[in-house]
Amino acid sequence: FALDGRQALASADGAGFYDVPKFGNVSLMHFTDCHAQLLPIYFREPDVNLGIGSSYGQAPHLVGEHLLKQFGIRPGTSEAHAFTYLDFSAAAKTYGKVGGFSHLSTLVKKIRASRPGALLLDGGDTWQGSATSLWSNGQDMVDACKLLGVDVMTGHWEFTLGAERVKQIVDNDFKGKLDFVAQNIKTNDFGDQVFQPYTMKEINGVPVAIIGQAFPYTPIANPRWMVPDWSFGIQDDNMQKTVDEARAKGAQVVVVLSHNGMDVDLKMASRVTGIDAIMGGHTHDGIPAPSIVKNAKGQTLVTNAGSNGKFLGVLDFDVKNGKITDYRYKLLPVFSNLLAADPAMTALISKHRAPYEAKLSEKLAVTEDLLYRRGNFNGTFDQLILDALMDVKGADAAFSPGFRWGTTLLPGEAITMDRLMDQTAITYPSTSLTEMSGETIKTIMEDVCDNLFNADPYYQQGGDMVRVGGIQYTCDPSQKIGKRISNMMLKGKPVSPNKTYKVAGWAPVAEGATGEPVWDVVATWLRDKKVVTPRKLNTPKLIGMKGNPGIA
Amino acid sequence: VLAAEWNKSAFEAKNAADALKGVGAAGAAKSADIMIKAPDIAENGAVVPVEVTSKIPGTTEISILSEQNVNPLIAEFTLSNGAEGYVSTRIKMAKTSNVTVAVKAGGKTYIASKEVKVTIGGCGG
Amino acid sequence: MAEPMKIRAQMQGDTADIKVLMNHIMETGLRKDAKTGQMIPAHFIQQVNVTVGGKVVLDAQWGYAVAKNPFLGFKVKGAKAGDKVVVNWVDNKGDKRTDEAAIG
Ligand SMILES: [Mn+2]
Ligand SMILES: [Mn+2]
Repeated sequence: FALDGRQALASADGAGFYDVPKFGNVSLMHFTDCHAQLLPIYFREPDVNLGIGSSYGQAPHLVGEHLLKQFGIRPGTSEAHAFTYLDFSAAAKTYGKVGGFSHLSTLVKKIRASRPGALLLDGGDTWQGSATSLWSNGQDMVDACKLLGVDVMTGHWEFTLGAERVKQIVDNDFKGKLDFVAQNIKTNDFGDQVFQPYTMKEINGVPVAIIGQAFPYTPIANPRWMVPDWSFGIQDDNMQKTVDEARAKGAQVVVVLSHNGMDVDLKMASRVTGIDAIMGGHTHDGIPAPSIVKNAKGQTLVTNAGSNGKFLGVLDFDVKNGKITDYRYKLLPVFSNLLAADPAMTALISKHRAPYEAKLSEKLAVTEDLLYRRGNFNGTFDQLILDALMDVKGADAAFSPGFRWGTTLLPGEAITMDRLMDQTAITYPSTSLTEMSGETIKTIMEDVCDNLFNADPYYQQGGDMVRVGGIQYTCDPSQKIGKRISNMMLKGKPVSPNKTYKVAGWAPVAEGATGEPVWDVVATWLRDKKVVTPRKLNTPKLIGMKGNPGIA
Repeated sequence: VLAAEWNKSAFEAKNAADALKGVGAAGAAKSADIMIKAPDIAENGAVVPVEVTSKIPGTTEISILSEQNVNPLIAEFTLSNGAEGYVSTRIKMAKTSNVTVAVKAGGKTYIASKEVKVTIGGCGG
Repeated sequence: MAEPMKIRAQMQGDTADIKVLMNHIMETGLRKDAKTGQMIPAHFIQQVNVTVGGKVVLDAQWGYAVAKNPFLGFKVKGAKAGDKVVVNWVDNKGDKRTDEAAIG
């Protein structure tokens, strides 16, 4: 039997689930990578998030029971459901949906009430990921974030709306209300700052600097032509300069609002001194407790706050005589059933959805199986996209990008246009059918695999492995580039380097693509199918990963 | 104003060793006093920023090479009259490669390298 | 005639920080024209010369692999505000350009 969600939560966790004891005098709330999910959704955490080399068994490379054990979370609780994929479909029915800006808003207000002066930080990937954000050019999210009371933000997918649109929002909608910070974005001519590198805020009389770190590899992972005049990069030395400047100007607490990805955050924390906390995102890791990183002059807390509006991080500092004496951190799951919807936010969301409601609610098909995306190698919704691309395009094989956003559907749910757009809503949605040699296919797979498993985090880009349809392969993540992928097979035959194959794909980063948008291709396929049977998930045979706590 | 003849043979050299010979830096000693600031991953292989700082006293020449380019030598700078051991420019790189810098100071030559990855891109979190 | 360069020259303590942006195609000679299939001939700056206050501070030789619209940054100790910075370049076809700015 399925319990009513509210009842289950109440019985398991008590009524005080969101009564986070007040602590200290400087508090920061943090959400990141909501990917424009304004309404409550399901989101399944990954069952594969491998840590290689020095990342082995370290946060964030822990999944399922390994994660619960590391952070002392009791199995079978609402928190265990929030932080892991375990028993997902059943637990999701029990505990209900997560996130939604109306519910998040209620939580933010509750935390603010106990912590006057607390700031709300948005780590970016906020204006992309839904149909309405795409169709409104980010405006629904911009309005929602202003109403939510975001104080400071940085970005990544924001930039795929184009440099001009980002500037327009920052210079107009946000002016005097919300600081967009990024120390690592500079102009391509003389290297001038594009945005303010940091902002200084006073919280209960304590000067606090919030430094922005936008996604360093935006022009590589996403189309460079959309931000032609800007360069990004990690920029450790400029980060150090910015920290030192903020300290010299009197900052008693220095926090980096980061979109590096957690492995990059951890390395940065070991190299740059004087940062009290890096509150990060991009890799969508929901990590219950901070990682403490030692460096030459002290230590830095590194937190990552998950994705899709599912979590709100609360970091409290006790600052006495200009020094931090202690801290507390809590990553709160946003259970929509436990938090009343904020009426003003609900009204705003309804207003933005109204013009598109008919289109959004179209039922394209029903899924028999759980559909999700996250995981290092593949997800069932990605497999669905690959299957649709190969069918419709008549391809031998297909590639789908290793994006980490995209919501989850439970078995028996309808796949609406709304849910399809959760997986596909980008500003460069063209599909393609390309003749590729076996050698080229391998080069692409090796390249992406290195972005995921390079031993040095500064060479990682924070996405998952490209999803591959039609080709079975073996992967050895601990090898070097060129040596990870082997034994590639297509329809029972080895993929020959010199032979050409028809490969379908979408989301080209090069300018000028004109192929049919991916959502149209997949929608056509879904309408035709009506009922989607469980997909056969194509994942590689892994070498040397047995016992790794980053795999179920 | 433009003094020397263009160093054709060095710029047309097909490998790093010949290019280094061409700028008079064959057999240069490795030095930790040459700092190369370049991205770990190039945002655009056609425009890779490279900033060189030589802490070696009396630095008079800085050469920049991308070892895997068809013709590795990219630029050779001669510094004088107060110009510091520093130069910043942007280069084209054909593929993932070491960026190698040769420095001439006090009649001796020194060398340092940093790897820059040139990637296909197109994925993200 | 080539487009003018952009020059930024600022004193930072006793050192002038000078940045130059040139306007040049920097064609490698290794590319084919997509339409005609013919090789596009190389066209790139080969030599750069900079004087500050009348004295040569930098002489450069370049190959085709300096990026399009070249950037050049350098630092000159002992220069002072008001000193004239003169930048010259000449390319492999003999095209030239000279621009100047005062250190601010
Ligand atoms: Mn994201
Ligand atoms: Mn991101």
